[in-house]
Parts: sequence; C-alpha cells; structure tokens
Amino acid sequence: MKKLLASLLLAGVAAGFASTAALSQEHGEGLAEKVEHAAKVGHYPILKPKHVDWSFAGPFGKYDKGQLQRGLKVYTEVCAACHSMNLVAFRTLEHLGYSEEQVKTFAANYEVEDGPNDDGEMFTRTAVPSDHFPAPFPNEQAAAYANNGAAPPDMSLLAKARGVERGFPTFLFDIFTQYQEGGPDYIYSLLTGYQEPPEGIAVPEGTHFNPYFTSAASLAMAQPISDGQVTYDDGSPETLDQYSKDISAFLMYAAEPHLEERKSTGFMVMIFLLVFTALLYLTKKSIFSRIEH
Amino acid sequence: MSSDHSTYKPSSGLEKWLDSRLPILRMGHDSFISYPVPRNLNYAYTFGAMLSVMLIVQILTGVVLAMHYVAGTGEAFVSVEKIMRDVNHGWLLRYMHANGASFFFIAVYLHIARGLYYGSYKAPREILWILGVVIYLLMMAAGFMGYVLPWGQMSFWGATVITGFFSAFPVVGEWIQQFLLGGFAVDQPTLNRFFSLHYLLPFMIAGVVVLHIWALHVTGQTNPTGVEVKSKTDTLPFTPYATMKDALGVSVFLIAFAWFVFYMPNYLGHPDNYIPANALKTPAHIVPEWYYLPFYAMLRAITFNVGPIDSKLGGVLVMFGSIIILFFLPWLDTSKVRSAVYRPWYKLFFWVFIANAVMLGWLGAKPAEGAYVVMSQLGTLYYFGFFVVIMPLLGLFETPKRIPNSITEAVLEKNGKA
Amino acid sequence: MSDNTANTGDMGGHEEPTRRDFLYLATGMTAVVGAGAVAWPFIDQMRPDASTLAQASIEVNVSALEQGQSLTVKWRGKPVFIRNRTEKEIEEAQAVSLDDLKDPVARNQNLPGDAQATDVDRSAGADKENWIVMIGTCTHLGCVPLGQAGDFGGWFCPCHGSHYDTAGRIRKGPAPENLHIPPYAFSSDDVITIG
Repeated sequence: MKKLLASLLLAGVAAGFASTAALSQEHGEGLAEKVEHAAKVGHYPILKPKHVDWSFAGPFGKYDKGQLQRGLKVYTEVCAACHSMNLVAFRTLEHLGYSEEQVKTFAANYEVEDGPNDDGEMFTRTAVPSDHFPAPFPNEQAAAYANNGAAPPDMSLLAKARGVERGFPTFLFDIFTQYQEGGPDYIYSLLTGYQEPPEGIAVPEGTHFNPYFTSAASLAMAQPISDGQVTYDDGSPETLDQYSKDISAFLMYAAEPHLEERKSTGFMVMIFLLVFTALLYLTKKSIFSRIEH
Repeated sequence: MSSDHSTYKPSSGLEKWLDSRLPILRMGHDSFISYPVPRNLNYAYTFGAMLSVMLIVQILTGVVLAMHYVAGTGEAFVSVEKIMRDVNHGWLLRYMHANGASFFFIAVYLHIARGLYYGSYKAPREILWILGVVIYLLMMAAGFMGYVLPWGQMSFWGATVITGFFSAFPVVGEWIQQFLLGGFAVDQPTLNRFFSLHYLLPFMIAGVVVLHIWALHVTGQTNPTGVEVKSKTDTLPFTPYATMKDALGVSVFLIAFAWFVFYMPNYLGHPDNYIPANALKTPAHIVPEWYYLPFYAMLRAITFNVGPIDSKLGGVLVMFGSIIILFFLPWLDTSKVRSAVYRPWYKLFFWVFIANAVMLGWLGAKPAEGAYVVMSQLGTLYYFGFFVVIMPLLGLFETPKRIPNSITEAVLEKNGKA
Repeated sequence: MSDNTANTGDMGGHEEPTRRDFLYLATGMTAVVGAGAVAWPFIDQMRPDASTLAQASIEVNVSALEQGQSLTVKWRGKPVFIRNRTEKEIEEAQAVSLDDLKDPVARNQNLPGDAQATDVDRSAGADKENWIVMIGTCTHLGCVPLGQAGDFGGWFCPCHGSHYDTAGRIRKGPAPENLHIPPYAFSSDDVITIG
C-alpha cells in the first residue's frame, strides 16, 4: 500500500517534469508575447485567474451575507439587463438574510408571465416568492440577436460552469487545500481584467480585449461595470474591485446555495468517521493481538 | 478453501426450522463467518470490501435520485438542479452519487493492481479474474451512461464521441452508431435508453459480483506469498479477522470519500457539465471522466494508418483491445510463481506498468499535440508490451527468490520466530 | 493503551475483559449511530421539496362569481370548490339541526378544532355566509364530488355514494367527515387567498 502510493507520487512527479520539458518553450515575458503565443497554440486564457480570499473557501467557509446582498444589488442593477438567472427562485433570497416580507417586496418588483387564464390567454402578473428570476429575453435567439450574435450565458450556475485548468502539480495540492473557488476567481479576474490590448495586438471588431477570458483574447461583452455605478448603503467601497468580488460571491451562492450546510455537515461526518476509524483500529488491534499474522 | 463441511449449528428452534427449509443462515455463516481466509492477508485485500460498499452506496443513492430525475432533453438538466437546490438533502445524495462513481473506480483500480501484483489471476482463479474483468466492463458502461444523464455539455459531447467509436468499423459502423443512439445524433431516444440501462447495469453488476464471490469462495483467496493454503494453521475465520480488517480499510476509504463529497464535490467533475447540453456548440476540450483517461490517451495515440486500418479504426481497436487483453491475462503469464514478492523482475515491470498507466491518464487530459502524442504512443506500446511480451517471456527467464513452504512458515519468519 | 492491549493479547486475552468488552461495545454502538445518520437523508428526500412547499398559497379573484355560481381552483394539487350560494341553499343549510349531522364538527381550519358544524361556521363568516370554500375531495377515499347533486342538493360523490348538503356536510353514505375547509381569507372584497 505504501509502495503503491509512493509509486503513484513518483509517476506524477515524472509526468510533471516531462510536461515542463515539453512546454518549456511556452515562457514568454511580456503580455504581447503571451497573447501571440496563446493565439498560435490555441490555449486560453492568456493569464491564469487571480486569487481572491473568499469567505466561503475552506472547510469552515461561510457566505458573507452582506456581500451576497451587495452582489444581488449588482446583479439586479447591472447584470440582469442581459443575463438570465433561470434556476434561482426569489424565495431562496431568504438565505441572504432577508425576511419573508422583504423577499415578497423584492419579488413584487418583477413581472412574470403566467397562464393561460380562462380565456386561454397568457398574462403577466406581479411575481411572488415562489417564482424564479424572469429572464431579460424571451429565448436564446432573441438574446443573441440583441447582443451582437453572442447570447449572454445564464448566470444560475456560472460560478461552477467556469474554471481554468490548474495544471500540474497545483491540481494535486488542491486536494489538500480544498481549492474549489476557480469559478468566482475567474469571474472576478474577468471583470477586473479589461484593458487596452498590448501594442501590435488587434482584436476582432465588436469584441473587447481581456487576457483572463477563457476561450479567446477578447470577448463580446464590453466592461459591464465601473467605479461608482452601483450605490451601496452599507458603506462598502463603490469600486470596480469591490463590485467584482461581491457579484462573484453572489454567483457562487446562486450556483451552490447549500454550500454552508454541506461544509458544516461535512465537519460532523469527518469527526464521526475519525472517531469510528480510531475505534475500529483499536478493536482490530485487540483482535489480532491474539494471533500471529 | 471451499467449506465442504459446514460448521453452522442452529442454536434455536426457529433457526433449525428455517435451516431445514431455506438454509440461508447456514450459507451466510459459512461464507462470511467461519469461511477460512489466509492468515497473512494485508490491507491490499480490503479493496473488495470497499467495492461492495461503493456498489451499495451507488445503488441506494441512484434509486432515490431516480425518484426526482426526469429523463427528457428539456427537463433533465433542470431536474438535476432541482435535486441540488430544492429536494431535501438532494445536494448530498447527488454529490455522493457523482463522487461515488469516482471512488468506485479508485477502489476497482487498486483492486485490479492488487490482483496483478499478487498474481491473483493465475490458475485455478482464471474464472474469478474473468468475472472481475466483466464487472469492470459493466462499471465502465454504467459510468459512461450515468455521466450522460445530467445532460450538460460534457454529457452530450462525451456521448457523441464515445458512440462515435463504433462508427469507425467499416460497413456496419454507422448502422451500429445509429442503433445505439436511436437516431442520427444524441437526442431524446439516447437519453431515455441510457437512463433505462444506467438503472439496469448496477443490478447486473451485483449479479456478476455474486458469481465473482462464489468463484472466490471455491478457490479461496490468494495471499501475499502466493502459496496456497495447505493446513488449518494457515487460515483464520473470516469473522472477526477479515471483517475487522475490511471494516477498518473501508472506514479509512470513507474518510477520503467524505473529504470529496463535502469539501470538494466538483473537483473530479468538469465545469462544462454545468452548462446545459447544446447540440450546436462543442466545448473547447472534450475530456472524459478521469477513470477513462488512460484508455482515451491510447485511443488518441494512434495517429497513423496501418495497412488497410486507418488511424480512426486503429485507435478504437487499440482502446477496446486494451481491455479485451485483460481476459487473456491468465494465459499470457507463463511464470510458475504467483506473487510478485518472489519475482524481482516482474516487480520492477509491474511498478513501471502502474507509473505508465498513471502517465497515460495524465496524457488523456492533455491536448493531443506535440510531445504528448509521442508520449502517449510510447505509453501505449509499454501497456501492450507488458502483457504480450514481458509477461510471457519473463516466466521463462526470471529466477524467482526462495518461496516459503507454507503461509504459516512465512508468517513465523516475518515475526522472527522460525 | 496500545501496549496494554498487546500484552493482554499475548497472555490469552483474559486480563481486562471489561475494558475490551467496552471497546467492542463502543465500536458497535458507533456503527449503529452512523448507519442511522446515513439513513436520514434517504428518508428525508421523500418529503415535499422546497419548491413544492413554496407554492402553498394562491390568490383567487371571485368578483365575477354571481350567486348560484361555483368555481373550482387547484391548490396543492387538489381541487378547491368556491361557491357563492343562493339564499335558498343558505336557508336549507341553516334549518338543519346539529343532531341530524353525521359529523357535527365544522372541519374548518380557520376556526378552533372543536367548532360546531353550523352553517355560519362552515361558511366564510356571518357577513359572508353566502361564500363557501372547501377542499373538493370526498372525505371517504378522495374522489371529487359533483356539485349541486345528490339527495341534499349539495354535493354528491359518485365513487361510493356519499351525499353532502349545501354546506358541504356529510349526510348520507360512507364518508366519515364533512368536506374540509382549507385555511383562507378574503384579502379584499373580491380576492380570496387560499393557504
């Protein structure tokens, strides 16, 4: 068993060296070289996502409710104009620290389609907590048509549907550090990553350079938010950096609403299993102590 | 050894009454309590118990997930998300099932490696080994179909690529592919039949597991020395000795399982599968689940034509061949010595084989270009070379170390008492 | 601990039976507790999920309902009868003595559990006695009774022949209880909130 583990580790290390050797030509210095290289081999993103210290990371991670509320504000005031969030129901916003009444009031800001009524017609009515966030466009084609041909993705699962490959040996360390925040790190990096393309680099018409974008050097979405665009009433800085953190955290919540429950249950399960394993070990030892084996 | 004489003694009137009508308690007693196991079994022999536990975990979580899952192209993705968001403890059951598949495969790979190391496939255990390979094949089929059910991007394109393997066969290939899909592309008929078969396969696995254990109890376990059981002093009763060791092994295994389920449930999955299936847009890199990666690497390693066989068919044949060859293992190994403990050269080649398999797995996740292709080709060469060249020849040339006369002697030697 | 265990083992295992028994017992008990804890999610998942529970209340506009007209709406997957009763129906129901009733309890979730099945307590209240709101499933085995039918001019269940009067009270047949009245309230003169 020990040997098996050792050999797995050795094999991994060997594979890692091989890959470093194979890809050693990849190292370029400036951003411009990196952009050119990425275009040549088709490997994106150009830059790995930045790391943010999230409150929900790690075994005891918990959402920061204030942050989620701010993130919701950013979503409703900025993102929701183009991005749907079909899987999230208003009722779940109670997890963000709102009362039932507040959620009702919040839902009442929206109109949803219902029906058919007795005349066979579809009609719109004021949303109630059991409704989901209504989509800004009736269907994907309409969304694409209104956005230069690129339909804005649904945001319900965005924080789990994005993640940049970590590479060797980082992906092995991740098992022990429990790194699971690739999605929010990516979203944060993308939102704060808009910049002028380096000299000599041209991006296609109608797209915007961003070295953190997962599948090309530029994307159809222009920088969606900038300093001072959303008003915070809890005194948090109204900066692009803060907005980006808050919306990323909110999207993580939207994608994984049971994260806190999962981690706290996990803690109890771990304690139980450790105690149980210790007891089994002692029992097994006691039984085997009677015999030669 | 199989227990020809049962030691079961019904202790109450009810047990006697039952024993003369349906001797199920006798069977349980003889198979799991008094059943003799070699006294020198180490922890490498506890993977079977882990596999049994994982099979049960998968069946139980699967049955309850099926109570909420909807097998429709429009509803599948949403119904899985409903499980994750609204169903009571749905997130736990779904993460257990998804990660359970991975841990099932971790256990089966360890179990297979144990069998290779200690020569568990050699006579008289050929049928036992072959049944094991059948279980492994069924597991792969079940795992593949299960991965299609959430109807994400990887589900859809994984299904497209894997059923595409069959289109490589000349003349009948396209017919087979359409037969499997129930259409020209992956769609509603495909999803529905995969759901049906995914529900069926675990029970088929359970059936073959019964045969596997039956065959095991006929020949008895191997052991680290590879020497067959010769006398009663070589063995211990299954309970409490093997049961306690198994329980401890399973418990440690479950700690690792819980680590993933509760703290990093999406580590072994792919982000793209959280994007609903889109028949018009392929993800940038299609990667199968990690447990298929070595085979995927071998599939992609064949980039050249061989005579009438083009590279596509060649890759598919190599990939299927890499599993089919396992069926012939008992006859490919010519060595009279069972355990690698006494085979210095085999031991070396075995560990290179393991390292090679891990490397192939890593290559399977890498893009098929440049140095990776050459490495995959070398890895594929060693994979097959190990079975068809090294194994047959090694038995003829290798000088084994001295083998103990009996298990008891080996145990006493190890404890410094002989 | 480990040394002790090993020693007792070498000496045949009879030295400290209590300590060893305790160890085995503790291990066994822990296993049982673990199995119980694992069973819970598998049971819990059968209960109605969060989206089902969230749809527990509906609003119905009854402004178009004249006297003598009925409306059936769906609430929690079951039909709810809303009827604007005629004067004649109310009078008939009021005339019934409580002693003639098979089930003398109001079965009205908006009132205390022991409220009597008078007509006013079956209806929406003294000033809205013309309104009656009931879950439209027979208290026998759950079929949907037909309206304005049966021996008492109220509801009649065709499955097994239960007759209800104009206040939805069981009068004849196998059903044991009056038609149940769900929690509801008039949120305005025209709108009823059920649930």
